[in-house]
Amino acid sequence: MAGSTLASPSAEPAVAASARGVSVSPARETWRRFRRHRLAMISALVLGMLILGVVVGPFLWPVAINEIDFSAQLQGPSWAHPFGTDDLGQDILARMIYGGRISLAVGLAAMVVATFVGVIVGALAGMSRRALDPFLMWVTDLFLSLPQLPLLLLVIYLFREQLKAVFGLEGGVFVLIVVVIGGLRWMPVARLVRAQFFSLREKEFVEAAKASGATSWRQMVHHILPNAIGPVIVAATIEVSSAIIAESTLSFLGLGFPPDIPTWGRLLFDAKDQLDVAPHWAMFPGAAIFLTVLSINFIGDGLRDALDPRRVI
Amino acid sequence: MATYLIRRLLIAIPSLLAISLILFTVLALAPGDPFEELATNPNVPPEVRAALRAKFGIDDPVMVRYFRWLAAMAQGDWGFSFASRINVDSLILQRVPTTLFVVGSSQLLALAIALPVGIYAATRPYSLFDQIANTLAFVGFSLPTFFTGLLFILLFSIYLDWLPFVYRSDIAATGWRWYWEMLRQAIMPITVLGLFQAASYTRYVRSAVLDVVRLDYVTTARAKGLSEQKVTIRHVARNALIPVVTLVALQMPAVFGGAIVTEQIFRVPGIGSLLISAILSNDTPVVMAVTFVFACLVVLFNLIADLLYGWLDPRISFR
Repeated sequence: MAGSTLASPSAEPAVAASARGVSVSPARETWRRFRRHRLAMISALVLGMLILGVVVGPFLWPVAINEIDFSAQLQGPSWAHPFGTDDLGQDILARMIYGGRISLAVGLAAMVVATFVGVIVGALAGMSRRALDPFLMWVTDLFLSLPQLPLLLLVIYLFREQLKAVFGLEGGVFVLIVVVIGGLRWMPVARLVRAQFFSLREKEFVEAAKASGATSWRQMVHHILPNAIGPVIVAATIEVSSAIIAESTLSFLGLGFPPDIPTWGRLLFDAKDQLDVAPHWAMFPGAAIFLTVLSINFIGDGLRDALDPRRVI
Repeated sequence: MATYLIRRLLIAIPSLLAISLILFTVLALAPGDPFEELATNPNVPPEVRAALRAKFGIDDPVMVRYFRWLAAMAQGDWGFSFASRINVDSLILQRVPTTLFVVGSSQLLALAIALPVGIYAATRPYSLFDQIANTLAFVGFSLPTFFTGLLFILLFSIYLDWLPFVYRSDIAATGWRWYWEMLRQAIMPITVLGLFQAASYTRYVRSAVLDVVRLDYVTTARAKGLSEQKVTIRHVARNALIPVVTLVALQMPAVFGGAIVTEQIFRVPGIGSLLISAILSNDTPVVMAVTFVFACLVVLFNLIADLLYGWLDPRISFR
């Protein structure tokens, strides 16, 4: 939000874009602008490779994640085990490929939940001209002052067993973590969407739509929302990285996924007591989390530049 | 000002009530039972268990229990820890100063880094310094605290052996020696938390200063012949700080979340580690009280931010 505000009102935007004359689709224009951001391009490449790695990894590295080998405990990286082994002699690369799938999937799914809730709440608040807006904003502020991590820890610890019974071991924890992380992180998106709606709903093109008889639903979905989508995409990107961090934090505290599902945070949790003898055990998953989060954040930054039509690049 | 403060406090009350209701309902709906271990303990007859349940009112409806908890809380009775067998308030009072010390020092460290770096970077946008600072800030807030914590332990405690990695509250030393040991063991938790916050604050400060730096009143100040230093500090920084204050206040839940992680890594005996151990031992009264204390701290810091806001920006009237 702050990034898109101009330093001074005299810097009137949009002239550069229209002067070019040639009509290109918004997606293509965004891509052209995104490519200019070098770090974002590198990050997109890195993230793409990480995703490719966890998707096709099990076919290229078909080692069982729970193959216990006591003759190879806590070994450093070698040809047999490129990322070393843990205290039970399990291959860390195989575990990281498996865990990476879950960490990334949690990040994406929680982002979808958070963005979905955020857009709905923000749009409702932004369209309402009566008591709904103050009420929704009170709820948003309330959620913002909830102690998030304690609540996350609490909910997951308390309800893990019940959901395990319904969705199975992996699915239960997955659904729970996604819903809870998403449900506690929609507020920034809601505020963003509301602010966008507030400025957009007074614009002439919305008035024109209203004058030609568009219902408020149509105004919202066809006229305002498409124009508000840029900042939402950026926020949603950043949301993926914060959800990945949130999941890793939970697992790192021992309250996320159970030990037989080695997400990256869980690997760090298991590794932290053997730090002096087997530092590689913590380094590889930690570096994976760091690389993923860093590249997503850079991509978000690139998208912010690319999707802001007022910024000339 | 005083009436504003009172009104803000009155507005905070329904929020705190709603938060406590949410927390209480979550806890009450959960299947965990603090007397589970008594059920499996053959030495405890079922009548005793039933009597204990009746005494703590566990079988009553949620709303009844909530109002009972609220009434007790208002009278200063925070309940009794099932696991530690002492009153919750004394347990929390033991732990809160440590957490506030670690969190407070790390915030000071974060601001001490972020303010100069952010302002300097914004006064020279797109210079080499700005680019390096920006990239480092990105790296900084992409490094989760639990990973930096482990890296610090690996580097400073295991390889270099400079700093202890377990925080002890019972240092057997007096006088200067005690302060020295205290400082040595607090360095790592404070730095881990401080650097993480510094990274995001730097970006806030930079963009806030960039928004201000090209405004006309800054040009006026320069035209009056003020030195560049005076313009930056007195004119630019002061106005740029206003949005930063709000953003810092909005970060508070994240800060306390980070405190839980660092306390857990370095075994700092604060309320964060108390919360984790209470959750793991199903110690409902302590969990409820600690989460509520976290919520109160967040609301309190938001209030402080609002007051600071008015002090920094005289255009905002306290009505």
